[in-house]
Amino acid sequence: MNKSSAPFLCKDYRVNLMNNKLSIPDERVKEMSTFRNSLIRPELGGIIGTIVVFIIFIILASDSGMFSSQGVLNWSIVSAQFMIIAVGACLLMIAGEFDLSVGSMIGFAGMLIAIFGVTFGWPMWMAILLTFAICIAIGALNGFICIRTGLPSFIVTLAFLFILRGFTIFLPQTIERKTIIGGIREAAEGDWLGAVFGEKLFMGFFQYLGDLGIISVFSRGTRAGEPVVNGIPMLIVWALILVAFGHILLTKTRFGNWIFASGGDAEAARNSGVPVNKVKILMFMFTAFCATVFATCQVMEFGSAGADRGLLKEFEAIIAVVIGGALLTGGYGSVIGAALGALIFGVVQQGLFFAGVESSLFRVFLGLILLGAVILNTYIRRLITGER
Amino acid sequence: MNSQATVTPIIEMRNIRKHYGPVIALAGVSIKIYPGECHCLLGDNGAGKSTFIKAMSGVVKPTQGDIFVNGEQKFFNNPRDAMQAGIATVHQHLAMIPLMSVSRNFFLGNEPTKKIAGIQFYDRKHADSKTMEAMSKMGINLRGPDQAVGTLSGGERQTVAISRAVHFGARVLILDEPTSALGVRQTSNVLATIDKVRNEGVAVVFITHNVRHALAVGDRFTVLNRGQTHGTAMRGDITPEDLQNLMAGGQELATLEGSLGGTV
Ligand SMILES: Nc1ncnc2c1ncn2[C@@H]1O[C@H](COP(=O)(O)OP(=O)(O)OP(=O)(O)O)[C@@H](O)[C@H]1O
Ligand SMILES: [Mg+2]
Repeated sequence: MNKSSAPFLCKDYRVNLMNNKLSIPDERVKEMSTFRNSLIRPELGGIIGTIVVFIIFIILASDSGMFSSQGVLNWSIVSAQFMIIAVGACLLMIAGEFDLSVGSMIGFAGMLIAIFGVTFGWPMWMAILLTFAICIAIGALNGFICIRTGLPSFIVTLAFLFILRGFTIFLPQTIERKTIIGGIREAAEGDWLGAVFGEKLFMGFFQYLGDLGIISVFSRGTRAGEPVVNGIPMLIVWALILVAFGHILLTKTRFGNWIFASGGDAEAARNSGVPVNKVKILMFMFTAFCATVFATCQVMEFGSAGADRGLLKEFEAIIAVVIGGALLTGGYGSVIGAALGALIFGVVQQGLFFAGVESSLFRVFLGLILLGAVILNTYIRRLITGER
Repeated sequence: MNSQATVTPIIEMRNIRKHYGPVIALAGVSIKIYPGECHCLLGDNGAGKSTFIKAMSGVVKPTQGDIFVNGEQKFFNNPRDAMQAGIATVHQHLAMIPLMSVSRNFFLGNEPTKKIAGIQFYDRKHADSKTMEAMSKMGINLRGPDQAVGTLSGGERQTVAISRAVHFGARVLILDEPTSALGVRQTSNVLATIDKVRNEGVAVVFITHNVRHALAVGDRFTVLNRGQTHGTAMRGDITPEDLQNLMAGGQELATLEGSLGGTV
């Protein structure tokens, strides 16, 4: 092959390429774009939403005790609950799948813990570990069925929404002849794993703050002298750990890259050597794990498991994730955004209560926030990704 | 290239057949690809071009036929096997994920990692700088490594995909219709990229319907027609008209040409 025999066309192209190479980047434009890049990120919508919501409630409810230590703890707990399931839902959604069985899984997991730990009288740590194993296995089964059959996860997990809820009602009814099993707190007394989900952290420190008068203390009753907020519930600690874990996994590891790719375009990801099936099944398992954490914290707090626990939680998780900027069709999103979405959700729900707004209006607010957030997020995403 | 008879082909496909149920997509196609050449695979819609290169890249298993890489027989069970043998493919319906950044796409499946406290983390700095380097080498000025692939033009995306393949040590680069959706300028960029890659000693298999694109960069030409080939022609041994006619199966185009005034 003789290079000089290359036709004139080819030479033209070469010249073209040279021109491209020689063009000098405009430094001013570059600076602008660095600034924009730091501002325009997937969680921008969540950040803006959080600021707006806090401003609204500082105006509406600042004199209602919403921002007293007790009030803060109140909406922090609610937000943390949303966060725990939102992290799982977020990673799964970015990987391109849904899990509609999260709410039922919460009820189911709580019921399993009650049956194992109370009815069967097993040690609480064993009840909890076994419940985690069963629920994560069900998550894997969800994923496996989706991958194997190629059915949309929407349908497969919808089936599990009914199956798990059915068992959650059936099991206690046949075993205990009732749909609520109590006595969990007593059964978990002194159990190390129970404490990981039900205890509070820094209780000494909060007592100290109470003694100093920084936190108000109960003035009468059995708890006289104790601070009104006597520690940070493990629920909040779990929420923060899961958010940090999810964020680091997604943005700082190669596995995170695979999560984005699996949801962005599974076929292209496979062609690049990404083990898409493995990624998706693992994310289903992680979602189930998060639901079980939620359930365990809840039964430890309430001391009982009920057949109706976790109702509609799957949608609340998905709403938080979408408010946080994730794309429903997968391949795009942020765990921090989802956490902010959960915070917005919790603050609005409890804030309306503090502000004394008719509770039915919560749904109106939620709908408005969802709509506003999605419109804003779509706009931001277009700026980032150049979707057309 | 007269010495080709003595050089071992980097990849040889011998008598490849592929049946999809009753459909015979490939009825025994043979081809030899040499290092540093641009081998054009031409043919009309449904001729079997994509099927053929899918066999070459491990995406489909041929019903019959043998594949040799550097004279050694290989059996590809999946795309990874082919990649390991140095065969990289840019598929017709692209291997890029538009919502992800250029650098994340570039290193997809080959992410660089660094250890912090015993845990493997994605080495973003390394990925970003390497991506910028590779892109500017190919003549693409990115706004930054964070720029999403969705914001690139079709030609730029093709170039990213090609330079990614080359960066990870491809010795055979298969491009399935990289220019079919592109305008004149974008096409010229992609063709220039092909030329660059070939000059680095990589064998390029370039699939196209467009005879002009093929002639612009091709060293040898193989025309597929209804799952069969009529052999391979060297540059200079064949006129554009011959190629055009071979693609169309010989006769139909002759009648068409009259009514279109020779513009096809
Ligand atoms: N998965 C499949 N199942 C059944 N038939 C198939 C499959 N893939 C391809 N074919 C058939 O094989 C033949 C060759 O298809 P192929 O995609 O290789 O054509 P092509 O030359 O790449 O065409 P184009 O120029 O349109 O891309 C066609 O008749 C097609 O219908
Ligand atoms: Mg094709």
